[in-house]
Amino acid sequence: MKRPMTLAEKILAAKAGLPFVEPGQLIDCPVDLALANDITAPIAIKIFREAGIPKVFDRTKIVLVMDHFTPNKDIQSAEQVRFCREFAREQGIIHYYEGGNCGIEHVLLPEEGLVVPGDVVIGADSHTCTYGALGAFATGMGSTDLAAAWITGRTWFRVPETIKFAYKGELRPWVTGKDLILYTIGQIGVDGALYKAMEFTGEVIKRLSMAERFTMSNMAIEAGAKVGLIAPDKKTLSYVRKHSKREPVVFKADRKAKYLEVIEYDCSKIEPQVAFPHLPSNTKPISEVGHIDIDQVVIGSCTNGRIEDLAVAAKIFSGRKVNPNVRAIIIPGSPGVYKEALRKKYIDIFAEAGAIISPPTCGPCLGGHMGILAKGEKAVSTTNRNFLGRMGHPESEVYLASPAVAAASAILGRIASPEELGL
Amino acid sequence: MQKIKGRVWKFGNDIDTDVIIPARYLNTSDPQELAKHCMEDARPEFAKEVKPGDVIVAGKNFGCGSSREHAPIAIKAAGVSCVIAESFARIFYRNAFNTGLLILEAPEAAQEIEEGHEVEVDPEAGVIRDLTTGKTYKFQPIPAFMQELLKDGGLIPHIKKKYKQIRLEEESHSQEPLS
Repeated sequence: MKRPMTLAEKILAAKAGLPFVEPGQLIDCPVDLALANDITAPIAIKIFREAGIPKVFDRTKIVLVMDHFTPNKDIQSAEQVRFCREFAREQGIIHYYEGGNCGIEHVLLPEEGLVVPGDVVIGADSHTCTYGALGAFATGMGSTDLAAAWITGRTWFRVPETIKFAYKGELRPWVTGKDLILYTIGQIGVDGALYKAMEFTGEVIKRLSMAERFTMSNMAIEAGAKVGLIAPDKKTLSYVRKHSKREPVVFKADRKAKYLEVIEYDCSKIEPQVAFPHLPSNTKPISEVGHIDIDQVVIGSCTNGRIEDLAVAAKIFSGRKVNPNVRAIIIPGSPGVYKEALRKKYIDIFAEAGAIISPPTCGPCLGGHMGILAKGEKAVSTTNRNFLGRMGHPESEVYLASPAVAAASAILGRIASPEELGL
Repeated sequence: MQKIKGRVWKFGNDIDTDVIIPARYLNTSDPQELAKHCMEDARPEFAKEVKPGDVIVAGKNFGCGSSREHAPIAIKAAGVSCVIAESFARIFYRNAFNTGLLILEAPEAAQEIEEGHEVEVDPEAGVIRDLTTGKTYKFQPIPAFMQELLKDGGLIPHIKKKYKQIRLEEESHSQEPLS
């Protein structure tokens, strides 16, 4: 008997080899990829070794990306990376990224063509949900769950209920995927989709670039969601063909699929959004922000470190100077993004404007290095979290925004819309 | 499972993993090192003053944010015997079971039990007792699958048991293509 299914249910059913699945069901499912980074891999490796299993299930399906504290910020970080490197060599892991081939994992993996539509991906990094933009069921887990998958090639899931989000209308100027997801989290709260799948649909999503779709799926976790899915379309497939040799498997939700809730937003009413400290749900439209002087701007991360993000920033920085009271840090998300930014002369524009250009790294996003805030300092950041102490001192403040708002803020020295620059 | 008794440390809603263990300390995964910085940005005195057996009581969405398993590891290594909350973020929920930190979903208890109260938890009976007020609360029974994991001694022993089964099945079906 066929049962209409949501996108999340369809991918899981197909991968688990079941005719259908339904919310609440526990399934045992093979994984196409199991990734970890320099913070989470060391624990997974220790657990894997303690389990006494000699070999990982498939050395081509494990990805290790040394992106958080790299280039290594201190001796302990360097030791953690060395530990991962030795494991990668011992196991013959093909997809090991460190040094010149390394980028921020969730920018890097789609670029490297390692994830395609229909995949089930788990990662010991909460922003693994980014690949939902490709129509892959991708979710974050801890190191133990990851180690278990390295052993068996499988993991367990509780099939989530799905909330469908439909984005309608015309976007206002300077409103991007980042603003849509911040707005959504502002509406439903940081646990608004707890344990659930979010499915992003509607004419507005169709018109978004892949980069903006990645941004939206990336922040599904900030609403507590397990995944943030977008059904593949022509844009997705053209992206995948450009980056991957693997064959995509395209699923779409059934018309009669059962959703826990369907939420519609009229996007013509949405302004650029700013999430105030200390929660991503603490959003305000840019017109209600008021005068907030800032000390730092960060443009980058797995949320907004793609070439399209740097293009927006370059457009705003072009012919202008970073405010003398502001440190503007630009972080291309991957070597590919860096090279493209060089080719397109964005790096020239940033350097001329007085910005700081960082190597690809998670760096300041999680308060690791490369731009830590002092007591009382305020930053506008294109990253995904503004929790207490996230970027440095517990009394520092992070305001989340799009690359456009971040760039305009860097020029004006306060949180600002590009429209204030006459753009 | 043994009864637990301890003093309550009360926290609010959305206690995120950066509060539980700030990322600046994640250049190690040593439990004792992590424990020294547990809850540091929210309550700097916590790591120094927490006593073995103490209980964390918090609001909604405890453990939201990062997938870092360092979070339940830090809480457990700090000596905390259990976390009672209105709800837990999903990655933290899995991580807590995988690292052997007892977590209990009990909305009423989480709302009413206050800082400094003495509580007793009977995991088998499914009861939380606020010894300061005398009030008792039921908590959500631990799901059957999670109980199975606990019974096997955690996720890794559980999958090792299954791993053997899978290998055996694969050998007996070795003619069939693997999808």
